[in-house]
Order: sequence, then structure tokens, then C-alpha cells
Amino acid sequence: MSSVTTTSPVLPESTSRGPDLAFKWVAGAAALVVVALIVLVGWQLYAGSRLAIHKFGFSFLWTREWNPVEDQYGALPFIFGTLVSSLIALLIAVPLGVATALFLTELAPLRLRQPVVMVIEMLAAVPSVIFGLWGIFVLIPWLRDHLFVWLKHSLGFLPLFRGPIYGVSMLAAGIIIAIMILPIVTSIAREILRSVPNLQREAAYALGATRWEVLKIAVLSYARRGLFGAAILGLGRALGETMAVTMVIGNNPQIAASLFAPGYTLASVIANEFAEATSDLYLNSLFELGLVLLAVTILVNVLAQLMLKSMTGSGPIKVG
Amino acid sequence: MGVIRSLPAPAGFFQPDSPFPSLKNTLVTCALAALTVTTASAQMLINGAGATFPQPIYTKWFDAYQKVDASVRFNYQGIGSGGGQKQILAETVDFGASDGPMSDENLAKAPRKLLHLPTVAGAVAVSYNLEGNPQLNMDGPTLAGIFLGTITKWNDPAIAAQNAGVKLPDIDIVVVHRSDGSGTSFIFTDYLSHVSPDWKSKVGKGTAVSWPLGLGGKGNPGVAGQVKQTPGAIGYVELAYAHQNNLPFVSLKNAAGTYIAPTVASVTAALASATIPDDFRFSMVDSPGAAAYPIAGATWLLVYAEQKDHAKGEKLVQFLKWAYGDGEKFAPALDYAPLPDAVLKRALERVQTIKY
Repeated sequence: MSSVTTTSPVLPESTSRGPDLAFKWVAGAAALVVVALIVLVGWQLYAGSRLAIHKFGFSFLWTREWNPVEDQYGALPFIFGTLVSSLIALLIAVPLGVATALFLTELAPLRLRQPVVMVIEMLAAVPSVIFGLWGIFVLIPWLRDHLFVWLKHSLGFLPLFRGPIYGVSMLAAGIIIAIMILPIVTSIAREILRSVPNLQREAAYALGATRWEVLKIAVLSYARRGLFGAAILGLGRALGETMAVTMVIGNNPQIAASLFAPGYTLASVIANEFAEATSDLYLNSLFELGLVLLAVTILVNVLAQLMLKSMTGSGPIKVG
Repeated sequence: MGVIRSLPAPAGFFQPDSPFPSLKNTLVTCALAALTVTTASAQMLINGAGATFPQPIYTKWFDAYQKVDASVRFNYQGIGSGGGQKQILAETVDFGASDGPMSDENLAKAPRKLLHLPTVAGAVAVSYNLEGNPQLNMDGPTLAGIFLGTITKWNDPAIAAQNAGVKLPDIDIVVVHRSDGSGTSFIFTDYLSHVSPDWKSKVGKGTAVSWPLGLGGKGNPGVAGQVKQTPGAIGYVELAYAHQNNLPFVSLKNAAGTYIAPTVASVTAALASATIPDDFRFSMVDSPGAAAYPIAGATWLLVYAEQKDHAKGEKLVQFLKWAYGDGEKFAPALDYAPLPDAVLKRALERVQTIKY
């Protein structure tokens, strides 16, 4: 450490390599701990679910039935619910988050930017269970009596918006998750947009582009890959969101075309049923759902990375 | 006979042992014990884990017992019946607690003889949301039909026939059930299996089942919230929860043919008329008593018949004797039904067989 604080512009020859090496090992060990943790989590989940894996094999993944009384377990409705609710959340949160980020970096008066950023970051600090309670008592009644009725009335020709309206539903869960991942999507998108070089904008203006055209050709297309990355980070959070989702999704392991129908997610069923699961196979199956959730999360991330690589365009690749 | 003699004993029995009779001093001891490990070692700690349904009364008991015997402290974790069974089988706790009796399969895993000791009973109330909150009557098959999805409208003849004079609307019934595994669901599905062969063959009983239809709400608040907000909804919650939140509830037709509302008295009546086998693993749904409410269930403590630790075993047995004496008196105020005298006597006899 003393070598760092020395005023001499040239490091003395005699400086020991000890601190350097020590730091290298400490940092390496820290990185290794993270990797080891993931491996350990995966191994524990596998070890805890061995009975179920042995009994059901891969058919666990496409079996629709979840019946603790008969000791029959399948993960399909939960995988479906996890993916669909997260997808809805992304479809809502990404446009909203990117638009907010655009406003904050390109359009908003300077005085307004910091307060708005603070408000968005406060949203990230609200605990999940509060979102759930707010969902049950405020959002759901409003959705049931207004938005859903309107959707059914105007878009009812689509199978997505048919069937009875209960309030709690896949769509309600998607909306709650969207609100919850909005802060992360917005703040990352904002960082990405801020990293777009001003030269880009100036060049576009010099060509006589309007403000909208500048945003479109100079900013958004340049930042496309980074924004995609922001969406992926949001998705990662959406997949594992538990508490608030459990409170508003209706917890019914079914695969329905209608977004008004209740659904169920992997994380929710684990949270719901773990405490009272008594039979070994039941507990093992819940563990296997955890393993599936881990696999789904990793798979989605790998797919996203591949898509990111195949995307054309320059600009910042790394996010977060 | 020995039992009856020892019944009033617990209260007087411990007072000489208790060095700090006043509440203030007890609290000071507790605080000290919690602060420093060395002080805590002077006070024995007995660990238990399990069901959440009886947690309010157990907490009350442990608190009150501090005044009886300050040398022992109880630590109870409400981790659910499944966890309670697992932990007592693994002997990581001194006693377990469960809302349902253990299955033969799980009981066979016990390293030594494991006793089921019933403590209190509770009822499951069926609540609903209809305009004007009319008082409703239902019998078991009707309720099963609603939860099976064969009765879908509130003005169905099956419901109307039992509720002459009530104007039932022509709206869909929205079924709400617990989404989390719970003893409440176990008692409810146990009852439906009892009164409906259809339910028994298609769904069965359990802390979590494959519901034919409906919405899942998390916990009592989740179900109650859903019912309160959805016109035409019907759902089941713990009696205590229904009382505290002034929810309307169905009077159910019991085995004797009378419509009975869920109350502490009607649950104790159900307990009194239930058939209880020697190992105390019993179901008390659809009890034959004339005043018995049909959807009720007991909750159990799980204790080894032979305690490994002499000192702990002794304290645990002393506590259990107290619980079956003075402890039961706390039950009604917390909306639990105390055990009737005959069951109490049998449970106490069993406690006295515990070796330590």
C-alpha cells in the first residue's frame, strides 16, 4: 500500500509484489464465493428434490396436475404462470421505463430531473408485501370494475380478454410486477441513454433532424442493445418476484388463455405450500420447483445474452 | 383416580419453586436472560415449533406460565405443521405442534414413541358476500357442490330450499379457498370428504389439495379480503378471524340435522361427541352431537413418551399439566374451544405416562 501513496512518479524497483498478489487472491476468492454460492444453491435444490426427480423424471416439466392429496406433481402450470406474468410485466414496464428515461435525459427541464429520479428510486424501496396489500385493496377493485371491464368490452374478440372477471388474475399480477420492476428498468435505461455521446445528437441535428428524429436515429438506435439489457435485468427480477404476486394472482394452477383468469407462479407455490408440506415426495416436488425456477431464470438469461449478441448496432453493451 | 387428585395441583405446586412471584421481577429476569448468555443458562429453555393456528394461545400460555415457574422459558416458532412434524422427528426441538394428526408413514419415522396431545380445538367458518348479508343455512352436500363447481348460482334450488324467505340473487358463486397449505384447509376438506363421496373421490383431504375451481387467497386475511371484495363470493376462514372481522357466516346442518352457527360452545360440543381413539389421532368433523358445529378440528402437541433430558422432560411435563389445568381457561377468550372434561382427563393421564 505504501507504494501507492508514494509521491515519486516512478515506482521504486524494490517495491514488494506482496500486496498486489494478496489483493489479487482476495478479489479472486470473493468472486469464487459468488460462483460457489450458485453451485451450492443448485446442488442443494437438486439434493432436496432427488425423490421427485427420480419418480417423475422429465415429465415433471410438462405435467399439468399438482395434487398433494394423490402425491401427483407437475410443474407446467407454474412455469406457464411465471413466464406469462413476467412477460406481461415486461410489455408494460419496458416502454414505460424507456419513455421515462428518455424524458429524464432528453426532454425534462434540468430542475425537474433530480426530483423525478428520486421518486422513481423511492418506488424501488417499497417492500413487496406493501405492493401486494395495495394490490388487493386498491388496484384489484379498480381493475375489476374499470380497466378489465373496458378491455373485455373493447378487445373481447381476443381470447386473451374473455371469460369471467374476478379481479385477481394473471393480468393483475403482471401489472403489479411491472410497477415493481419499473424503477430498475428506468434507472438502467437512464444510465444507458446518458452514455450516448453528445456527438451523436449533434450530428443528427446538423443533418436537420427534428427532435423526435434525433431521438429515433441518434439516441435510441445507438442505445438499443443497452436498453435490451435493461429489459433483461428487469425480467430477472420479475421471474422471481413472490410476495406481491402471490397476493394478486389468484393462485390457481391452471393454464388459461384468458388473462382475466387466475394463475400461479413457481415462486408463489413454494412460498404458499412449503410450511405445511408433510410428505417426502411433496417436499421434494416443491424443491424441484425451486430447481426449475433457477433453471428458467438461467435459461432466459442465456437466451437474452444470445439475442443481445446477434443484435446489430454499436453502442454500450454492458449494463448495470 | 390419581388424575383427579392431581388436577388442581399445578397452580400450587410451582409456587415454592418460583423465586420471583411478581410480574415485574419476572420481566426483569426475562430481559436479563435475553441480554446475556450466561444469565440465560440459569433459565432452562424449552424449544418448540409447528402449527401457526394455535400460536396465539400457545404464546399466551408461555407468557402466563412465566408467572408460575420463572426457571423455564419456552420458545415457540410458528413454522407450520409440516415443519413442526419434521423438527420433532429430527429431535431438533423439544416438542412439536401440528394442526392435523401425523400420518402413519411419518409417525413410523419417529425414533421413539411419539405422543399426540390435543390442546384446543377450533372451527372453520364459511363466509360469503351477498347484498344485505342475509343469514344463510346450508348442509354439507350443498357446500361440497359449491366447492366442486356443480352448484354455480346463488339462486340454485339446493341453496334456496334451505333458505326459505331469503331472496337469493341470480349471480355466479365465486369460490375462494386458501392458497397456502394450512390446517384450516385440512379441517375444511376433511369435512367435505366426510359429507360428500364425490368430494372424497375427486379431491380428498389435505393441508393443500387440487381445488376443482376458485381463487386462492393467502392466509385468512387473503381469503377474507377476497370474499369481502367480490360480490357473490364464498370462502372459509378460521372462526377467530371471522369473529374479529365481523364476517357473516353460514349455519351448517350437523349430523343430528340441526343448523348450527360456529361458536366456541358448538365446537366444544363437537369435541364432546367425537370419537377419540387411544392415540388421540382423531378427526372431529361432522360430530354426532345435537349442538355440534360440523367443521371443527383439534390441534396437537407432539411430545416423546420418553424424554432424553431429565430436567427438561420434568419441566415440560409440569407445563403440560398446568396447560391442561389453568391453561385451558384462556381458550374461549381467544376463540378456541377448550377440551371437554372427559378428554381433558384422558390427555392428563397420558401426560403422566411421559418418562423422564
